[in-house]
Amino acid sequence: MALTKQATDIVSPAEEHLNDVDRGHPARLPIASLILGGLSCIGMLASIWLIFFYTPIDALQGVTQRIFYFHVPTAWTGMLGFVVMTVAGVVYLIKPDERLDWIARASGEVGAVFLTFLLITGSLWGKPIWGAWWVWDPKLTAALILWFMFIGYLMLRSYMGRTPESARVGAVWSIVGVIDVPIIYFSVLWWRGQHPGPQITSDGGLPPAAVLTLMVSLATFTLLYCFLMVLVYQLQRLQTQAQRLRAIVE
Amino acid sequence: MALLGANGAGKTTILRILAGLIKPSAGTISVLGLDIIHDIQQIRRCVGFVGHQSYLYEELTVLENLLFFVRMYTVPHAHERVHELVQRVGMERRVHERVGALSRGQVQRVAWARALLHTPHLLLLDEPDTGLDREGSELIDALLAEHIAMGGSVLFTTHLLERVLQQSDRIVMLGSGRVVYNEETAGLDYDTLQRTYREVAS
Amino acid sequence: MAWHGHVCLACTCHLQFYLDLRVDNISAVAPGVLWIAFIFASLLGLGRTLAAEREQHSMDRLLLCPVDRKAIYLAKLLGNLLFIGVVEIVALPIYALLFNVPLPAALLLIVLLGTLGIATIGTLFSVMAAATRARELLLPILVFPLIVPVVISVVRATQQLMAPTVNEPPWIGLLIAFDVIFLSISMLTFQYVVEE
Repeated sequence: MALTKQATDIVSPAEEHLNDVDRGHPARLPIASLILGGLSCIGMLASIWLIFFYTPIDALQGVTQRIFYFHVPTAWTGMLGFVVMTVAGVVYLIKPDERLDWIARASGEVGAVFLTFLLITGSLWGKPIWGAWWVWDPKLTAALILWFMFIGYLMLRSYMGRTPESARVGAVWSIVGVIDVPIIYFSVLWWRGQHPGPQITSDGGLPPAAVLTLMVSLATFTLLYCFLMVLVYQLQRLQTQAQRLRAIVE
Repeated sequence: MALLGANGAGKTTILRILAGLIKPSAGTISVLGLDIIHDIQQIRRCVGFVGHQSYLYEELTVLENLLFFVRMYTVPHAHERVHELVQRVGMERRVHERVGALSRGQVQRVAWARALLHTPHLLLLDEPDTGLDREGSELIDALLAEHIAMGGSVLFTTHLLERVLQQSDRIVMLGSGRVVYNEETAGLDYDTLQRTYREVAS
Repeated sequence: MAWHGHVCLACTCHLQFYLDLRVDNISAVAPGVLWIAFIFASLLGLGRTLAAEREQHSMDRLLLCPVDRKAIYLAKLLGNLLFIGVVEIVALPIYALLFNVPLPAALLLIVLLGTLGIATIGTLFSVMAAATRARELLLPILVFPLIVPVVISVVRATQQLMAPTVNEPPWIGLLIAFDVIFLSISMLTFQYVVEE
């Protein structure tokens, strides 16, 4: 009978999708995360040695200046995180694949952490140098707004749940954000044009030793970013699976 | 064509996809030869939808609602078309009343008028037999007959098996989002249909 | 709507206690005060149209029609603009009275451009936030960071009008640029936000 013939072909769509999801190379990624984790560790140790023992002490700012080598890379990774989030979102809008959404969410979370770290290190650096925990100069203001963008993204995604609509809205949010943050930076710059803010970086070039340290630090933080991305991506994948399983059971 | 299935099987979802309200996440669909993703606006022009919601503005009157939607669908001779349909569904005397103040049966009639404004090729009906009195039922049967006589198609979902045999020439059943049964009505009897449906719905 | 006008007014009056407004510091602070009140009123206005669309599927009656999603966005934007605009038109003369500042025609242009910038972003996000549970809370959180360039430009432009200084960037030109950018992005991305 037509019914029984077709009935045997039925696989519950949820189960089939979980099989699809499992095909997301579980065997490969642990190796990648191991490598990245190992490299980050080595990089961190090297950076710390370089920062604290190798680089010359800054003439103006003294030992406090060493925060620079943590501060700048976190700015870099924070912005990288935002860009990755946006690109994943844009591609998701063109071709909806939830793995892209996982990348976007992972990048959002990791980027938010780095940016929080940025604001904290910025504050810690600013206090001994300027005497204030915070100033409204263009770079810091733009960084703060970027932080709000990340937080807004995470809140939005959290409230909207794990649906395709949520993914699309998140993508639109990051598109608007990625265009807006440079605009914000420039408008604050022009706003403050009459009142130059305190200098963060030292005038003139950095000595070669410092440049080396900075490069190593940047590389380390980028590795750390990748490592964390892999972990959080897996977390996202598992959370989605868990939600699906819960839905089947209920 | 009749679409049957238990609650949650995906009947309403399919209708909403065909009406252009939801984007399908995988696969291809073509309606009247048009692709659901690329030609969606054209599809919307050829499709009429009557669902659980009225898709009308409660704060506006019947006439205001229909005039608004007739312009959204860019139907020629808008006023005449609206009046023609208002008469057809029997709401001439209540044309200046707010939709929010009408009874459910009356709202359904206006919803049907809205769906037919642009003479769609395909009518999508989500459980059209719910909440209707005898007069309403007869009206709908007449409207459907006219629509089919003009060459249109109908896809409707329902729980009532009795009418399905009389009204459709193909029955499709859904179970957990998949098609599990797809046969023509000719030659089916009620008992077989009922047994099949019980198997699917469980 | 009278309620919103009242909020605007109450906000403006209230702020003078926070900011210790005197005749001598008025021109520096007055533009900021005006725009705080306007932004507050705008967000409340946007939140109100949100309330009207509380149901998940209430946009469906429009989405069924073969109408371009950009047009739906523009229609919503226009509605919000009209709403906020009426409140602002009422608030402006009162503001001029309270703070003893002149009301040149150029100010109206600035108000229009600024409101457009805020409403553009606000309309887009009010539809986004409408689907969530904490929509009234979420909307300001989403909108505030993004409208910073508009706010800066509009307050600066207002200040320029009241007390012109030299070597200022062309704020009105920038405002127009921001409006164009925000409007374009919103129009293009609206369809992704509103459709399922």
